[in-house]
Amino acid sequence: MTLKISDVSVGMELPALDLAFTRADLVAYANASGDQNPIHQDEEFAKSVGLPDVIAHGMLTMGRAIQVVTNWVSDPTAVIDYSVRMTRPVVVPNTAEGSVVSFTGKVAQINDDGTVQIDLGAVFGETKVLGLAKATVRLAQ
Amino acid sequence: MGMNHDMIGHVYPPSKPYLVTSENISAFVKALGDTNPAYAEGTVAPPTFPIVVTMNAMDAAFHDPALQLDYARLVHSDQKFEYLRPIRVGDELTVSASVEEIKPLGTNEIATFKTDVFSGDELVVTGWSKIVVRGPEA
Repeated sequence: MTLKISDVSVGMELPALDLAFTRADLVAYANASGDQNPIHQDEEFAKSVGLPDVIAHGMLTMGRAIQVVTNWVSDPTAVIDYSVRMTRPVVVPNTAEGSVVSFTGKVAQINDDGTVQIDLGAVFGETKVLGLAKATVRLAQ
Repeated sequence: MGMNHDMIGHVYPPSKPYLVTSENISAFVKALGDTNPAYAEGTVAPPTFPIVVTMNAMDAAFHDPALQLDYARLVHSDQKFEYLRPIRVGDELTVSASVEEIKPLGTNEIATFKTDVFSGDELVVTGWSKIVVRGPEA
């Protein structure tokens, strides 16, 4: 089913998504993205530069947050812009469960040109890990 | 010593072409844990895929001695993408990176790099990456 602009209203909440970040995820993301900074994989190194533990790539968090939107619209090519501020890191302990980040989205604005602005949230425990996170999508009329 | 403000507006030469393969798309999608069926064939890339090429292009800029950027103190703080069209399998991507802004923020400095991503001659995505370079500890 294709989501249409007439299905959308300001304030509407998108289905939320809880996603676990594990050390294995960080290795896979490092390999897929080419970002091999040791702060994302090497606990000893991360601690040596003052971090509490290994942290997730901010771009991995950004890549996951947009899934709230792309799952909702089904078609990921509907996204016409996307921006975030990486406010706090997601700390990832060496456990099977890893760290769970809760991603949310809300319709903030319906524009005159038929595009829709979604405000996104990403919370790890009590900490907002993304700020000013928003995406614009073009929906079918 | 801060960044060289004379570099504001500097445009770096285009990066080497990067061929988008379904294997690269699928590995990226899998690493994101994204199960959207739209990616099942590996033909269309997710919205944050352009970072694979823009980060490399910026890395070259970060290490440009003329910029005088202290790489060890760099944190990626903001990222934005504007899409003219999605990236697809078979695209041959090059990136034109430029220094858009350098300014102080307290004892830190912030810089914004603009990255235009082309497939052949066609502009497909523009990215903006803001970085913070932490100043010396008091």
